[in-house]
Amino acid sequence: MSVEPDTGSGFAQYANPERLVSTGWLEANLGRPGLVVVESDEDVLLYETGHIPGSVKVDWHTDLNDPVVRDYIDGARFAALVGGKGISRDSTVVIYGDKSNWWAAYALWVFTLFGHPDVRLLDGGRDLWIAEGRELTTDASTPVPVEYPVVERADGAIRAYKEDVLAHLGSPLIDVRSPEEYSGERTSAPAYPDEGALRAGHIPTAASVPWGRAAAADGTFRSRAELDAIYRDEVGLDDGDAVIAYCRIGERSSHTWFVLKHLLGFEDVRNYDGSWTEWGSAVRVPIATGIERGETPARS
Amino acid sequence: MDSSTLPTRLAETRDDFLALGVSDRLQLLLEFSNELPSLPAEYDEHPDLLERVVECQSPVFIFVEVVDGIAHLHATAPAESPTTRGFASILVQGIDGLAPQQVLAIPDDYPQTLGLGEAVSPLRVRGMTAMLARVKRQLREQLPA
Repeated sequence: MSVEPDTGSGFAQYANPERLVSTGWLEANLGRPGLVVVESDEDVLLYETGHIPGSVKVDWHTDLNDPVVRDYIDGARFAALVGGKGISRDSTVVIYGDKSNWWAAYALWVFTLFGHPDVRLLDGGRDLWIAEGRELTTDASTPVPVEYPVVERADGAIRAYKEDVLAHLGSPLIDVRSPEEYSGERTSAPAYPDEGALRAGHIPTAASVPWGRAAAADGTFRSRAELDAIYRDEVGLDDGDAVIAYCRIGERSSHTWFVLKHLLGFEDVRNYDGSWTEWGSAVRVPIATGIERGETPARS
Repeated sequence: MDSSTLPTRLAETRDDFLALGVSDRLQLLLEFSNELPSLPAEYDEHPDLLERVVECQSPVFIFVEVVDGIAHLHATAPAESPTTRGFASILVQGIDGLAPQQVLAIPDDYPQTLGLGEAVSPLRVRGMTAMLARVKRQLREQLPA
């Protein structure tokens, strides 16, 4: 059973308005059968300090990543994870998190790898919910475990591997990292740990659009007109373009993936989760430095 | 690890974490987070004394001072970063009041011995490793050559 979309919050301007809910809509619908609220943050303890009543926690690192291989969990582990949190295949899942939904968008993208049909973001995320004085609780949520089918990941449509990016060169790429990472002055975001890359710079021809430009000051997504001005007018994306977004480990670019796919309606958008920690250490892949996009490398 | 070089309080903290299951380790880290003391008032007027640990995901500032041969560690991090606050609190509680040489003898891999890799991920534990390294470096800079 799924819950009807939020049609009263101005989301009709976006391509897939059913992928967003407002804080007011969520508060009014808390406790509805078929609705499961998921918090997903950068900080693994933030949920424990207070969360939306009844919400469950999914951690990007300890829950969604395979503990051994650099990959996401498989269908069996995903089924056990989400089933244990009371999510069934027909549940409406609303994800929210800190930092303008950066990590919430990452979790949504992973849910999409498994084809979960109805997964939405809370526009504005955790910070807006708090800023509006809405309720948080430290009471433990007690979801009733349900059966979730084992569905293997379908990576191809929305996930790009390094080889896919090499084959894609010449088509639009969006680098969502900080300007310093893009130009090659540094390999990790300012104030973030260095996760390791042997070379600095960007994938040749990639446009630099830091992910946060798509978010307004209150953490909500910018309007359709503002997003069109960035991605169509400034970057030059056109209808029908196939686009790949990347960052450092694929989390910031999930936010941009959501914007391009669900708010602007580009059909073919992939997130390259290997991102700079793979590309910047790979042998003999082309790299551009400086603020210019660089030329499409000749095929070798 | 050579237990003879690990100060008592840090050893107790390690044992406390290792005695717990993974989810309870998170709760203990949250308790540490809530116990991080506020900065002494003098630092409110001198934020320049605090050094930012840039390796950490969240804004965390630390400062070590040696008074009469005893090390004092001060740290601050925002409430929205409870994991970082917890890491800082473990170090403040374990280090404050030690002799500088005792602090310098703390094994660099102490953060990896708390059993937090599974609970919060090895990547995040790196933040505490970076904090410990900063504390030691600041101390070395203050000790007579």
